[in-house]
Amino acid sequence: MATVVLLTVTGLGLGALYFLIASGLSLIWGLMRVLNFAHGAFFTIASYAAWTAGEALAGIPSLPLRWLAGLVAGVVAGALVAALTEVVLIRPLYRQQIGQVLVTVGLALAAVALVEGGFGSDPKQLALPAWMTATTTILGASIPNTRVLVIVVALAVLGVLLLFLQHTRYGLIVRAGVENRAMVSALGIDVERAFTLVFAIGGAAAGLAGVLGGAYYGTIDPVRGTALLIFAFIVVMIGGLGSITGSAIAAAVVGLLQQFLNFYAATGSGDFAVVLLLAGVLLVRPGGVAGSIT
Amino acid sequence: MNVRRSRAPRAVAVVGLAGVLVAMPWIHATIPGVFSSSLNSPGTLNLLALCFVFGGLALTYDLLFGFTGLLSFGHALYFATGVYTTAIALSRWHWTLWHALLLTAAVSVLLPLALGAICLRTRGIPFAMVTLAFAQAGSILVMQNPFGLTGGEEGLALGADALPAPLVGVVNTHNLYWVALAFLAFTYAVGWWVVHSPPGRVWQAIRENEGRVEVLGLNPYRYKLLAFVVSSLLASAAGVVYLLLQGGANPEVTTASFTLALLVMVVLGGVGTLWGAVLGGIIYQYLDFRLVALAGAPALQGLPSVLRLPLSEPLFILGALFVALVLFFPGGLGGVAKRA
Repeated sequence: MATVVLLTVTGLGLGALYFLIASGLSLIWGLMRVLNFAHGAFFTIASYAAWTAGEALAGIPSLPLRWLAGLVAGVVAGALVAALTEVVLIRPLYRQQIGQVLVTVGLALAAVALVEGGFGSDPKQLALPAWMTATTTILGASIPNTRVLVIVVALAVLGVLLLFLQHTRYGLIVRAGVENRAMVSALGIDVERAFTLVFAIGGAAAGLAGVLGGAYYGTIDPVRGTALLIFAFIVVMIGGLGSITGSAIAAAVVGLLQQFLNFYAATGSGDFAVVLLLAGVLLVRPGGVAGSIT
Repeated sequence: MNVRRSRAPRAVAVVGLAGVLVAMPWIHATIPGVFSSSLNSPGTLNLLALCFVFGGLALTYDLLFGFTGLLSFGHALYFATGVYTTAIALSRWHWTLWHALLLTAAVSVLLPLALGAICLRTRGIPFAMVTLAFAQAGSILVMQNPFGLTGGEEGLALGADALPAPLVGVVNTHNLYWVALAFLAFTYAVGWWVVHSPPGRVWQAIRENEGRVEVLGLNPYRYKLLAFVVSSLLASAAGVVYLLLQGGANPEVTTASFTLALLVMVVLGGVGTLWGAVLGGIIYQYLDFRLVALAGAPALQGLPSVLRLPLSEPLFILGALFVALVLFFPGGLGGVAKRA
């Protein structure tokens, strides 16, 4: 029983990280039809921004404060780099879908190489508050607190994103843009600003994942973002491109499937099963489980 | 008449270049700054041979991406199929080279046929993501070292007795060089023939307007699957030559980064031109090799760290170069040459 609880929480925690990356990918795709390969780079840049901030504030004795400063630095860095990417690299290639994918590929290669050059390829430790390294006993299982933290944050982000999409003016523009971008711009609404906004939101979520990933795994390294990105792509495909709720459900399913199979069957079989699941979903429903943005 | 007259010097140039390339192992000359040792030294021949393999590999990717318009992020899987199937048959099962090649050929047709049939149910960017997912599955499989076959992270080295003697050892580098050159010539010939054949013309029509091909009564799915299988099979052949050159398999060739490198090669050289893709592959491999040397160059050590850090990362330079190409020269080197 304890094992099952532990695996469930760990799987959901992994799913939470996937969701934080996938939600941005899904929104960006839904509105702009851009497949953002640089999303993993946002994750990596944010985690190193958090580490740098933590090191810069080494004089402050309070670990939670330092960690929070790192969190803010990571999220801001993610949002800024993402917004900059949209304005400088994506916008000049408006309506050239392949070209847009290609620049994000180039950016991803260059950014990860730069981080590797600047910080080295060895894993680094983020300074974590004491309660994050502790465990809590739930139903007889000792659960690392970071797992719970990641899940709670991801649920909060899901709630905020849904509120934003359904109850704000910009959310309305984004939803309308996903349905019919040409019509929205024909109505005289500045869709380009919505593009930058969606990139910034996606970058902030990926940045959040970058900092929380440092807590979840205990260390940060330059290539984890890229590795997670591939599974985030799979999550987005299974959940349905452009659907936030679809991504959330798919992220949970993928995270759980991976953890349980990797534990009970051979290591790596979970990762393999996820790809098979994707193939199965595509055979039955080529558009993913959910269709539109909700 | 004009066309004919302008072709004659070109043919002479091509024959001359081919002659020089074939005769390379006998040319004892040095080109300072370009190659670190003489042209017929094993080091230079090996670098050139690798360049040829990647030139051919980039061409196979261009058949898919440049000529059929299929943006695949999983091409590494089929290259790795060639590398690993042959390596396993040779060093784990101790098959002869010919039997190993037969097996590899069979696997290299069946695997892309099965996976292509699934992936091609989607199109556009979703197709890119699905091919990426399958390639990732392949990468995981290799890393997990099932039944001790693939060697996991360590890779799989070919024993000295696994290959016929003329293909083993530094003294025989010139033989491997010729194999790589022959592979490139063969791939180029097949590529040229296939894009000028009726199915090749349909591929290019699909790239331009798939709906129209369908309206004309052709089934795009079949043609796309054919393109997928042909290009994957040739990529596996590249994998076999790569295995011979490297004397072993390493899991790096299964990764998504490897496919991204292929994409960079093709875009660098020019999408949708055969020679452009080949040139892109050769230049990429050469730069990748030489930029590592640049990273350790004494001239760099004197620079401030703001400049030195990025310049000592080959992937940063290639990535930045790639972004600049996409933004400012969408046609790649081929496009620049055409414009000039």
